[in-house]
Amino acid sequence: MNHPQSPETSKEPLAPGQRLPESERKEFSAEALAEIQGIMAKYPEKLAATLPALHIAQREFGFVSLAAMKAVAKAIGIPEGHVFGVATFYTMYQKAPVGKYHFSVCTNISCALRGAAQLLEKVCEKTGVKPGAGPSPDGMWSVEEVECLAGCGVAPCVQVNHDVYDELVDEQKLIEVMEACKRGEYRPWAQ
Amino acid sequence: MVAIRTKPDHHTYTFPGFGSEKFPNLLLRGAGDLNNWHLNVYEQQHEGYVAMKAALKMEPVAVTDEVKASGLRGRGGAGFPAGLKWSFMPKDSADRKFTRYLVCNADEGEPGTFKDRVILEYNPHQLIEGMIIGGWAMQCVTGYVYIRGEFLWLIEKLEAAIQEARDAGYLGKNILGTGWDYDILVHRGAGAYICGEETALLNSLEGRRGEPRVKPPFPAAKGAFGQPTTINNVETLAAVPPIMRMGGAEYAKIGSPKNSGTRIFGVSGHVKRPGIYELPMGTPMNFLVEELCGGSSTGKKIKAIIPGGASCPMLDEKDFDVPMDFDNLRARGSMGGSGGLIVMDESVCIVQATLRLIKFYAHESCGQCTPCREGCNWMEMILHRIEHGEGRPGDLELLSSLTPRIAGRTLCPLGDAACGPMDSALQKFRHEFEHHITHKTCYVQGSRLLSTVGAH
Repeated sequence: MNHPQSPETSKEPLAPGQRLPESERKEFSAEALAEIQGIMAKYPEKLAATLPALHIAQREFGFVSLAAMKAVAKAIGIPEGHVFGVATFYTMYQKAPVGKYHFSVCTNISCALRGAAQLLEKVCEKTGVKPGAGPSPDGMWSVEEVECLAGCGVAPCVQVNHDVYDELVDEQKLIEVMEACKRGEYRPWAQ
Repeated sequence: MVAIRTKPDHHTYTFPGFGSEKFPNLLLRGAGDLNNWHLNVYEQQHEGYVAMKAALKMEPVAVTDEVKASGLRGRGGAGFPAGLKWSFMPKDSADRKFTRYLVCNADEGEPGTFKDRVILEYNPHQLIEGMIIGGWAMQCVTGYVYIRGEFLWLIEKLEAAIQEARDAGYLGKNILGTGWDYDILVHRGAGAYICGEETALLNSLEGRRGEPRVKPPFPAAKGAFGQPTTINNVETLAAVPPIMRMGGAEYAKIGSPKNSGTRIFGVSGHVKRPGIYELPMGTPMNFLVEELCGGSSTGKKIKAIIPGGASCPMLDEKDFDVPMDFDNLRARGSMGGSGGLIVMDESVCIVQATLRLIKFYAHESCGQCTPCREGCNWMEMILHRIEHGEGRPGDLELLSSLTPRIAGRTLCPLGDAACGPMDSALQKFRHEFEHHITHKTCYVQGSRLLSTVGAH
């Protein structure tokens, strides 16, 4: 388990009992809170709403910051430590800001056999960012190296935000996808 | 209501002769047609919900017996008989009533596997029908579908399909006048391969970290939310409606002995026509790779095939004729796994391929058991130095001494899964590793499976 990326905090680590500065706190919108309440009602235990609520937090706030985790804990009424533990376990919760268009490039074996390593290098070259190194200066792009996206047959496979592009074999297709991103044709990362 | 994605994909789903008596089409009806997911198409063209209506008129025990008679074995990887698993669920008695759950494992993350996605994309109602029949057989109150988080568009589609089934009266209160209440909920994962393990999946469903639990208690005794639970793979549940339609005994005639039915094989890597092929169990591997997939796409000879997803030990040339079912693959030292074939030609450096696979397991280990957490990381580090020309004499002995210390010593099979490719690569392609250590370079020139930018 070599991905314990700690969530972005205020400049100083928080001491026990210390609260986040007011400027950094996050509040769910009324609709999001209602959505979380609705999810909690569907399960026999409210704890089960942790994962869905973190997905909502990521959608609302763009990424799952420490403040977002605290907001989730408050919304469900569970310990903050539990939410922190869950959010840092799962790789799909981004603990640091990502670009408007987040590229997840699969480099696992099936994709690697068909040129995923070279594709990842191409994506990095075209977007000007390194995998996992945060968004580009203009906030447009970020890149992540991920494991199998279940598009093995038409590898290499790339996910842009929430949509899988699994016919991305060459540079030409990559340019097309990036152009379409610039025109705003793809579903944005956060709503 | 969200718009359902209509982007076509480029997988191959069929081949000449598919759908005939020799190659029955039980799971891929209408695959490739993006309109196929609707309830009316399923009911009008693919005998949809016929099996469910018949099953709801039967005694629940009789339904389980039918699935038992079919000999259906779990398609998630372990190949455990599905009917037997269903029969483990405790039954209500006069003094004790149970709340039972059925969970569908759609956390498809095994590298090289892309079969469940096809069912969710084109035939979600077949899965829903299978879950209703399973729910009835075990008298469950709720069915949960745990889908990996990356499949957002499939989650939207499945939820729309479930709503269609609710509107038709197949889900909800008092289904078709039986007095039985049942609903299906979709739970979205968040990118952890380990959640494909059944008890880790249950933890994740309950809103915890996806760490496998100690067994026993097995899920049939204490599963989701502490209640009796059965977990089945998407393909297993989708195979239930055809079984109920044709009868268990008839289904058992398809495939090879003790490995009945058809199975979806996903072929990826160096073949001309990679894609999804539904074949009877026991079909020889070289028939699939050479005849249906057109053989090597690069013109080079095929060197190794991983027969059932990344966790299965790889096979070399002498075993390419293996009939693909659980027992035959086991006899050849591999596994049936999840049915994802990864084909590698002669241009592939096995050291690089193994390193990439082990890197995956090191990354996905949940960190709970020391042998897996530390062992996978050490295997990665040793392979990394061999690959980068810093291998030391004795490294291969070190690697082979590590695997028996991981396999069988962990709570879940992830540790064992990492040892499968490692051991088989060392055993079958040892000369490539030795070449790497002595010559500081690949045995095959020009293989580039690893990226040079950053690492995760």
